[in-house]
Formats: sequence, structure tokens, C-alpha cells
Amino acid sequence: MAYLEGTNLVAAYGVVPILHECSVEVEKGELAVIVGPNGAGKSTVMRVLLGMLEATAGEVKLDGQDISMLSTQERINHGLAFVPQTKNVFPSMTVEENLQMGGFIRKDDISKTIDEVYELFPILYEKRRQLAEELSGGQRQQVAFGRAMMTQPSVMLLDEPTAGVSPIVMDEIFSNILDVRDAGMAVLMVEQNAQQALNIADKGYVLVSGRNEHTGTGRELINDPEVRKKFLGG
Amino acid sequence: MSDSIDIINAFALLTNFVILPALSYGSQLALGALAVTLVYSILRFSNFAQGDSMAFGTMIVILLTGFMIGNGWTITGFPTALLVIPIAIIGTSIYMLTVDRLVYRHYRKIKAKSIVGISASIGVMFITGGIVRFILGATPQKFEDGERFIFSVREFKAYTGLEQGIALKTSQFLTITIALLLVAFLFYFLQRTKTGKAMRAFSDNKELALLSGIDPDKVVQITWLLVAALTTIAGTLYGLDKGFSPLQYHLLLLPIFASVIVGGIGSPLGAIAGAFLVSFSEVLLTYAYKKFLIYLLPLSMHPNSLVQLIGTEYKYAISFVILVIVLLIRPTGIFKGKVIVDE
Repeated sequence: MAYLEGTNLVAAYGVVPILHECSVEVEKGELAVIVGPNGAGKSTVMRVLLGMLEATAGEVKLDGQDISMLSTQERINHGLAFVPQTKNVFPSMTVEENLQMGGFIRKDDISKTIDEVYELFPILYEKRRQLAEELSGGQRQQVAFGRAMMTQPSVMLLDEPTAGVSPIVMDEIFSNILDVRDAGMAVLMVEQNAQQALNIADKGYVLVSGRNEHTGTGRELINDPEVRKKFLGG
Repeated sequence: MSDSIDIINAFALLTNFVILPALSYGSQLALGALAVTLVYSILRFSNFAQGDSMAFGTMIVILLTGFMIGNGWTITGFPTALLVIPIAIIGTSIYMLTVDRLVYRHYRKIKAKSIVGISASIGVMFITGGIVRFILGATPQKFEDGERFIFSVREFKAYTGLEQGIALKTSQFLTITIALLLVAFLFYFLQRTKTGKAMRAFSDNKELALLSGIDPDKVVQITWLLVAALTTIAGTLYGLDKGFSPLQYHLLLLPIFASVIVGGIGSPLGAIAGAFLVSFSEVLLTYAYKKFLIYLLPLSMHPNSLVQLIGTEYKYAISFVILVIVLLIRPTGIFKGKVIVDE
């Protein structure tokens, strides 16, 4: 039994079915990646895991406890954190204020966690008094990531963290993600850059039309000729 | 009157008839504009009920003032209205939270477009205006008591020996002081406190605020409390300065909206800057400069006419002209505002 499990999830936007008995799971200290073509339901899986979209069937378990009926905020309280793909910072607030808002629900002293984020992203310390909207795409992504870390989550969900950034920044973001994983967090990530993402993933899911098409370790999927041909461009 | 050039008297005249009135009128507009800005940023609609809400808050102040004076509970020289403002704020808060519960909450729940909120607020505007007229009547009234002047024209003349006097009305002094304190408090609250930051976060990115565990209902409630305070105080200060009339308050919506748009929609600093731009334009353009020019020009150039650019009856048109100019030249306002786009 994994730390976070989504089992046989079924979900729809109105009457349009998106997920058909789709299952994903991730263990602590593990990086799982969901890849697949556009419209496969990758982001929808995340929304269901977070309770932002209600599943019509299936269940979500965290540390063996069924959290399917909990609201998004309650799931955040239970240790889930989410970095959306877009609109993932508070643009007219400073970097430091973004981090403070990330730790909004915490009653204890959050300054230590802020220092930890600055340690992970030294550039954010330099820019702590700047508005998030004035930062570059990569730095903004770091703010988004740091904001999500402020609740000291046990599970981090990332929706296309490298969308629209340069290859160099992409490598940097991936290395940050690996750091977080090595610190013992469970990381589940949706990625467009399938090749690079599977390269660093412990576990990979290839989703097609809301179904699990292929599952395996990152290496297995990269070496699978069918996956290569269909999803990784040969 | 002397026939030489007299700069000091010219500016004493200008201070008395232009600068002080425009400063206090601008402060009153600024408080109203800040209330509109708060509602716009957090609840995402332009609150057409602002002017009439100010009348509502002032109505409570007038009723309480009458009650206090009737019982002889006054402080000599001090406007009774100021004593009852805290209670009036509570009353206005209850009214606004009730309206939110009965009207606006439903539209938030169904995620209605911004224009629906505007339409609803127009309904609230008519109801609120109706309540005020029903309770107080439609006739203008004065509720200022206590000392009228901090110093009067005569005292100023005696003290300085100038030909032109400057009077500082108690209401002007109070308006400017209270507005300054209130704005300072509001900015401190929004910039430094956890709740204030949560409000800004909510205004910036609602979805992410929810993901960060910020409670939307609480944000909305605190917004209405702040709006109630700003609204009641703005209305009372305006009433102390110029007297109360439901129609006048209803029409205040125009210069207030002009201030908000000119300053940059959604920007609190812009709302204040816009308010003073509107107030100074109104007063400067409707002032008759004859006496002022007589002080400054040699005898041969003294004007025969009043040298008034626009009659006072057109003062509301000035707000509109400023609005049109700003929308043509700098549509985002002086401070870059943000316009809400429905998702």
C-alpha cells in the first residue's frame, strides 16, 4: 500500500467523461510522473486527488486513510500540497509575502520554513522584497514551489512545472524536485516533456483517454518500444 | 483694495476658497473610493450602492446625534456626530453583512459574472436609498454642532494682519485628519497584518488563496466591515462639511467612480490620487478667479468678468470629462489598475 493512492478514479466535466478507472500511487521519497497526450486527463487526475473535482467513483487514500470525502482545504491540512501549472503565485505580492501566504494555515512559527525555502532557492532570498510579477518565469516557478512547501507537506503535486521555461531552467527545476524527493516527500508530477521527466522518475504512468495505458519505472517506460514510438517521438 | 501686486493675499484667498475645500472634499471622496476599490478587488463588482450606503451610515449618525443632543449627552465644542460614529459603523456593518447574506452571497455561490454583481448592487442602491428616504425624509438637513471653526477669518486676519483671511472649519480639519489616520490604518492593515495580506492574496489569485487555506467567507466578511467603516466615516464627514441630503449622496457615486477609474481600478493608492484629482479639478474649474487676479495683476489688466471657467451647476460634468480624457489617454488609470476578466 502506497502513501498516496488514487484507485479506479472515474470523473467527468459535466457530462463529458474524462477519467475511466484510472489509478495512480506514489510512495514517500518517490517521484512518480504522469505523461500522455493532450486531453488524456493528466491534470484531471491531480484535481481529483486534491478534491478540486469530485470523482464519481473510486477512492483516494492518504497513508491508508480514505480522504475521498474531504474538501480541498482539509486535504491540504492533511499534508497535500499543489503547484498549479498557471496562476501559481500571488503576482502583486512580494516573494516573502507569497511564502507567508503559503503557510497561512500554520499556527506555529513559519520563519524557519521560509529560511529552508531560501536555502533551496537562494535567488528567492535576494528577491524576497520584489513582487512576484516582476520575476522571470523560472523564478516565479520557484516561488510557486516554495509557496507549496510552506505547509510542510508530505505529498507534493506538480502540474507541468516546466511548462514554458527554457531547457536550462527545466534542468534546474527538475533538480529541485529531486532534492525535495530525497528529503522524503512523495512527489507526483504531470509533465509534457515526457522524455526528460521519465528519465528522472522512479515511476511513470502513461495515460491515454483517461485510462492507464502503460505503467512501470521511468527506465522501463523509456525502453518500452511501444511507448517510445507513440509518446516519445521514436 | 490695493492696486499693487499682492502675492500673499492672493494665496490666502486661494487657500481659503480652493485648497482647503478641495482637500477636504478630496479626502471624503478618497474614503468612498477606497470602499469601492475594496469591494471591487475582493467581491469583484463595481458597487453602485456606495453613495446610498454613505447616506445610510450618515442616517444612523444623524439619528444618534439627535438622540444624544436630546438627552444633553454632548461635549462642549465637540461635534456629537463623531462620538456616535463607532455605533453607526456597527449598524452599517450589520446592514451590509445582511445585504451580502441576502443578495451577493447567492451570486458568489453560483459564480455569477461581474456584471451580475453590478446589476444586483444597483438594486441594493435603490433599496438603500429608499430606506434612507423612508426613515429620514428627502429634505436636506444639518447635523453639525459644537465649535464651527478651528480659527475663523476674523481671527486669522487679526493674527496675521492680512487683508484676506483663511478660515479652518472644524469639519475640514476633522475630515483631513481622520482621513489621513484612516488611510494610514488601512494601508498598515493591508500591508502588514496576516488578515490584510490574506485579503490581498484573495484579490490577487482566488484559486491559489483557497489552496493556501484562506477562508473566503472570512475574507468577504472582513471586507464588508472595512467598507462599512469607510462608508460611514466618509458619509459623516461629507455631511458635517456640506450638510446631508439623500439626493446629493446618491449623486456622489459619480465623482467616486471617476476617482476610482482615474486612479486605476483596484489600486488603493490610485483611488486616493484619483479622488484628489477629481476634487481639485472640480473646485479649480468652478472657482471665480476675479479677486485672485486683481491681487496678482497690475491695475490696467484687472478683469471685469468673474473669470469662472465653469458654472458650479456643471461640477458633476467635470468628473465625466476627466473620465473620458483618462480613458482615451491612459485607460489603466494613473496607477496601473487591473480590470477583472470573467473566467
